[in-house]
Amino acid sequence: MAAQAFDVVVVGTGPGGYVSAIRCAQLGLSVATVEDDRPGGVCLNWGCIPTKSLLRNAEVVHLFERAAEFGIAVNDWKADYAQAVQRSRRVADRMAKGVEFLFRKNKITLFRGRGALTSAKVVEVTGGADGAHTLEARRAVILATGSEPRSLPGVTIDEKRIISSTGAVTNEGRPGSLVIIGAGAVGIEFADVYATYGVKVTVLEALPRVLPVEDEEVSALITRLFSRRDIAIRTGAKVKSVTPGASGIAVAVEAEGKTDTVQADQVLMAVGRAARTKGLGLEALSVATERGFVTVSAAMETSVKGLYAIGDMAGHQMLAHKAMAEGVVAAEAIAGQSPRPVDYGNVPSCTYCRPQVASIGVSEATARAGGREIAVGKFPFTASGKAVALGETDGFIKVVADKTTGELLGVHIVGPEATELIHEFAVGRTLEATLEEIVHTIHAHPTLSEAALEATLAALGHPIHI
Amino acid sequence: MITKVLMPKLSDAMETGKVIKWLRKEGDTVKGGDVIAEIETDKANVEIEAFGSGVLRKIVVPEGDSVPVGDLIGVIADPSDDIANLAAAPKPAAPKPAAAPPATANAPAAGRPAAPAAATGPLPAMESYQSVPATTQVVPMAPAAAATVQPADGRVKASPLARKIAGQTGVDLRLIQGTGPGGRIIRRDVEAAQAAPRPAAAAGVLRPAAAPSRPDAAAFVVPPRPEAEFEDVAMTPMRAAIAKRMPMSKAPVPHFYVTSEVDMDAAWKLREQLNSLEGQPKISVTDMVVKATALALRKNPGVNAQLNGQAIRVHHRAHIGLAVALEQGLITPVLRDCDVKPLGRIAVESRDLAERARGGKLRAQEMSGATFSISNLGMYDVEEFSAIINPPEGAILAVGSVRQTPVVDDGEIRVGRRMKVTISCDHRVMDGAMGARFLQDVKRLLEEPLRLLV
Repeated sequence: MAAQAFDVVVVGTGPGGYVSAIRCAQLGLSVATVEDDRPGGVCLNWGCIPTKSLLRNAEVVHLFERAAEFGIAVNDWKADYAQAVQRSRRVADRMAKGVEFLFRKNKITLFRGRGALTSAKVVEVTGGADGAHTLEARRAVILATGSEPRSLPGVTIDEKRIISSTGAVTNEGRPGSLVIIGAGAVGIEFADVYATYGVKVTVLEALPRVLPVEDEEVSALITRLFSRRDIAIRTGAKVKSVTPGASGIAVAVEAEGKTDTVQADQVLMAVGRAARTKGLGLEALSVATERGFVTVSAAMETSVKGLYAIGDMAGHQMLAHKAMAEGVVAAEAIAGQSPRPVDYGNVPSCTYCRPQVASIGVSEATARAGGREIAVGKFPFTASGKAVALGETDGFIKVVADKTTGELLGVHIVGPEATELIHEFAVGRTLEATLEEIVHTIHAHPTLSEAALEATLAALGHPIHI
Repeated sequence: MITKVLMPKLSDAMETGKVIKWLRKEGDTVKGGDVIAEIETDKANVEIEAFGSGVLRKIVVPEGDSVPVGDLIGVIADPSDDIANLAAAPKPAAPKPAAAPPATANAPAAGRPAAPAAATGPLPAMESYQSVPATTQVVPMAPAAAATVQPADGRVKASPLARKIAGQTGVDLRLIQGTGPGGRIIRRDVEAAQAAPRPAAAAGVLRPAAAPSRPDAAAFVVPPRPEAEFEDVAMTPMRAAIAKRMPMSKAPVPHFYVTSEVDMDAAWKLREQLNSLEGQPKISVTDMVVKATALALRKNPGVNAQLNGQAIRVHHRAHIGLAVALEQGLITPVLRDCDVKPLGRIAVESRDLAERARGGKLRAQEMSGATFSISNLGMYDVEEFSAIINPPEGAILAVGSVRQTPVVDDGEIRVGRRMKVTISCDHRVMDGAMGARFLQDVKRLLEEPLRLLV
């Protein structure tokens, strides 16, 4: 069969892949994409997007529970988890169709099946509904095959009783009890959803605190708020074994030198994800990798000329928005431009639990360990008029700055719309704003964003509203 | 041995100096030649270096403070020396070496270490010294390549953080190449500039050995470039009277002319050398005149001036209008910030401007805003001519051909290259002597053309 030639062949259509494909097309390149699942990848179909839908359901349930607080009598209401999952599927389907629409709009050809490199510039597509294809890339191949859930040694994910996030977003059934192994963003978000829907949730984290990449104060507050919701949180807890039995699953846990067993109907493995690089033909091309991730240059090129890798498989933060940024860099580099490299120190981190968590830059502890004198300003949402009116006063904004220069070293937010509020600081850091520029920016009243202003003022030592 | 570190006098006009930065901490061991502090004067930032070896025992004047010339700013001594009374000593304790006579060939440099014999007194031996400026970091003369990114309006594009760090560390943003979007100066650029080796200290060319080749000549110092684009200076009563009267005698702009002949041998040779470099822009005589003019304008701001109502507007930027002959007449596109642009950049941009001027492709902003103009008729084999001032500018330089002509050198007649330049000045704004001094500087820069490259 004759090879079909395109300027660029993108393998994988998750947020990295589809964005790079669109950017390549915008720059006048002909683009083929290869996808063995649905366009949009894990993020759109099985990750970020459906979980946001489920979390919105959880939020609505929570508001129903608080109806009396707002003077609303709601009798005889029922939250149907199966319908929550069905809604999330509709949301994901709509977004996946959106990606297909964008492909058509940008004249990007989508090939169904698994892609594998037979040379640096040739991708064989197999296993798709419409047969095998040979795609030849005139300029470059972009690998964007993402990642897959990891498990613990000896624990097999069956997506029924021992599930990954993929099982969690598709299972319409709701267990009576659930053990979540891993208290990163994924574990914490599912803990929020399931607990809100009445599941008895236990979160096990081997590290000393939940959301271990976040600031310590953030972890402490989330632990406190979750514990108040009867979510059992055990940190410093190592899982020794996961044993499915007739009446449930026994999870043996070792903590502080003692071992005990937690019983649950289901176990959710949320211990992280591994780069998906198998079967791509990387070994034959001697593509350099590092601890399972493909090694890339600042322009996202691998050790093989003309072969690019972006997203989860290329290391750094395994986040959709980081993958998208890398996709743009790769596309522009391939088109002959000189894109600014991704600034991995300025990628926002977001967890969409209640209250939300968002951060950018370094934690207070990391900043202190850096050896420079720092200024920390914190403002609680209890002192924000907008937050009080919303009835969402849990949380704070914490600004960590260099004391001498006012450089914004890190910002940590727990609270309503934290994941939206963080971008003021993301822009500030990109522009190299200092505390003064944030303070000189008039923030509308009343808004949650005022807390950003106040936390920044606090870092300068003179907050108004606290 | 105790060495007193005194605030050096770096120019006749200097009365006080400010310690910008101590490069060594109290307790640090220093040896002769180490740069220990940075001093800011009214004209420049300079580094001072240790003469004696020992320990920097005491910093008397903290960073950011200004003190009169000759004041004790620090003490270098052996760890065992008692400096208690010294640190508390009244200021004029030391003789004022700052008032040393101007250096002449046979006089010892001011503030050299005292002769060893001086150590035999009853007090611990003390040395007072004036550090010789290690490097006179005069703003516009510093590596000009760095200035190429400045936008035409003279505004420095820098992030707030970069500005702040620069302000705290004394880095001059105008000399930095920005690497952010659109050439914006961002933190890493300032940090890189800080980390960059200090030219003179690294080269070790300091002290009397580095004296200029013309010992009688004052250093060619262009004053620092002010932040402001311009300033309006109130007219003195006499100036107001001149301004009022002169147009009546020769309306509308009273011109006067000053002509000078420039020895172009060195410039010609340098130009040939530069143009033999492969891959470098070709430099024309006009380009060299533009650069020399721009630097001379910065040193003689009174010539870079124009009448502005009742005030005289003195420009701090050298935006040079280049008269370009067209079939239907003449146009004067503006080459901005020539004082800080390197010669190669001037060559490239002036060629581009001239070509686009001939093609009718100039942009509006390229046709206005000159602070001074140059008209070169050299290519028409014109020995000299006088140009008409291009209002509202206050002066224009007319440039003749570089001609081979017999010159007398040490009693011998040889063939030399000479060029005549004539400045036309607005007498309401300036006087003949100002124009003459300006021409002297243009002449000197062209006769010592390496100055155009630094």
